[in-house]
Amino acid sequence: MSTLGEKVRKIRSKNAGPFWITIDIFCGNKKIYKEVCCKLTNLEIINLLMISEQHLKRFEIDDLNVIKFSFPRKIIQGDIFDRDMHGAQLAVLLSEMKF
Amino acid sequence: MIPIKVLVPAGVLGLGFDLEALNYGVKNNPDIISIDGGSTDSGPYSLGSGKSKYSRAAIKAEWKSLMIAREKANVPLVIGSCGTCGTNGMVDWMENITIELAEELNQNLKIAKLYCQQEKNYIKKNFQLNKIFPLNPAPMLNNQLINEMKNIVALAGAEQIQECINTGAEIILAGRTTDTAIISALPLMKGANPGSSWHGAKVAECGALCSTNPTSGVVMVEFDKTGFTVEPMSKNAFCTSETVAAHMLYENADPYILHEPGGYIDVTYSNYYNIDKKKVRVEGAKWHSSKQYSVKLEGAKIAGYQSSLLVLLRDKNYVENVKKWTDKLSKFLKREINERMAIDTSEYSLEFRHIGLNSTLGELENNIRSPVEVGVLCLITSKNQISTEIAKLINPFLLHFPLSSNEELPTFAFPFSPVHSDRGCVYEFALNHILELDNPMDAFQIKITEV
Repeated sequence: MSTLGEKVRKIRSKNAGPFWITIDIFCGNKKIYKEVCCKLTNLEIINLLMISEQHLKRFEIDDLNVIKFSFPRKIIQGDIFDRDMHGAQLAVLLSEMKF
Repeated sequence: MIPIKVLVPAGVLGLGFDLEALNYGVKNNPDIISIDGGSTDSGPYSLGSGKSKYSRAAIKAEWKSLMIAREKANVPLVIGSCGTCGTNGMVDWMENITIELAEELNQNLKIAKLYCQQEKNYIKKNFQLNKIFPLNPAPMLNNQLINEMKNIVALAGAEQIQECINTGAEIILAGRTTDTAIISALPLMKGANPGSSWHGAKVAECGALCSTNPTSGVVMVEFDKTGFTVEPMSKNAFCTSETVAAHMLYENADPYILHEPGGYIDVTYSNYYNIDKKKVRVEGAKWHSSKQYSVKLEGAKIAGYQSSLLVLLRDKNYVENVKKWTDKLSKFLKREINERMAIDTSEYSLEFRHIGLNSTLGELENNIRSPVEVGVLCLITSKNQISTEIAKLINPFLLHFPLSSNEELPTFAFPFSPVHSDRGCVYEFALNHILELDNPMDAFQIKITEV
């Protein structure tokens, strides 16, 4: 079984202001986009990121073959317990997911 | 007056840009040069301390290039969010740099300064009048929290930048603004399509990040009645419909909606297409005005005073049991701190992070393997400056603390002398709110200087 990162073109994550994180999955083409849209569930994402379902926003952007997830940060950016101010390393968790 | 061309030299002043591309942009007759000077992107320290993230020398060198470009183009030069955080002090800091450069370059200038910082009493008054509303998520606001705030700024929009442009100033130094307002202000003023003015501004706000060559910096956006066209100015950069459309996703929780003072844009039905190899044309964004004009507030308060220590563990037994070791050490230290210093655990936080195991992702890490070595980062944050004393108390135990009582004292690796580092005052973001205004200029002031 391969990983999600091996399947798609690029996965990036980033803070969207101090209170939110957003993750973009660039699938690369329509076929992979449709497959990922179909198979990647919100449940997997909320378990992976330990967030509650009502906080997760999911967008499927057909024109760009992108699936996007956004959610409020549990720890505000730059808080003394924050480990990754830009949230950019979170993308690795999605990349390494079995797919 | 339409079309209006806005030259954006880079995503932020201090990051550098391609000078040749800037000169090419100037030759293409821009109507204004706009650059962002800040962001909350680097955390709360800048707003809390009221200081710039970038060095003065870097800012001065780049601002010099832009002041020369402005004189050649003979158009206004605007910077938003001066000195990273956009406090009044940082607007004055930027003015100071501008005056020094004006003398060096022998330029006579009219400078408009837009002040965006908010007095605590003004925020309290508006809070009592129910003019301040939380966004999602937001810290619970009350008078005590307002009192604790070090600096509060309101994000100016296009209206306040337009007031500055109307003064006839050659250079506009704005406090905190939205990243987009410095770009959209002039096209909106001159009758360009409102939805497209904001959409084009969003695309260009990070400079050439919307192109194939992000580090080249410089882009030109041309705004008209129906849309906008974006073109990177570097020879080696190209915009494609995908690079441009994808930028709407960047740092945006919602890929279709962008809130701005006075309303929001919806780009759900935008069309992106390449005019040629370099240029992309975009149409279809819709602007929705809100009934009540409002601006976003940002605030930072002191989170505490922090000291850190780093120790390196290479011993196999300790590497394998590092979590157990720090749990045991933590309990021991809390007791020692209480007994020797009479400081209760409620007055400070003590945290250990395991570099090499899960220090980046914490509890989310799902791929923990035994590494060859572990760095243990010890963080102490206290309400007052006692964190240094706590760090000094911790020092010998971090060096020698044994896992069991019946073994020789171990000694680990300290890479530094002194072992502890004082990180000084650390801050936290404490506002995610909007402030309703009857008139866009109510929370802002403009001052003019001539040099």
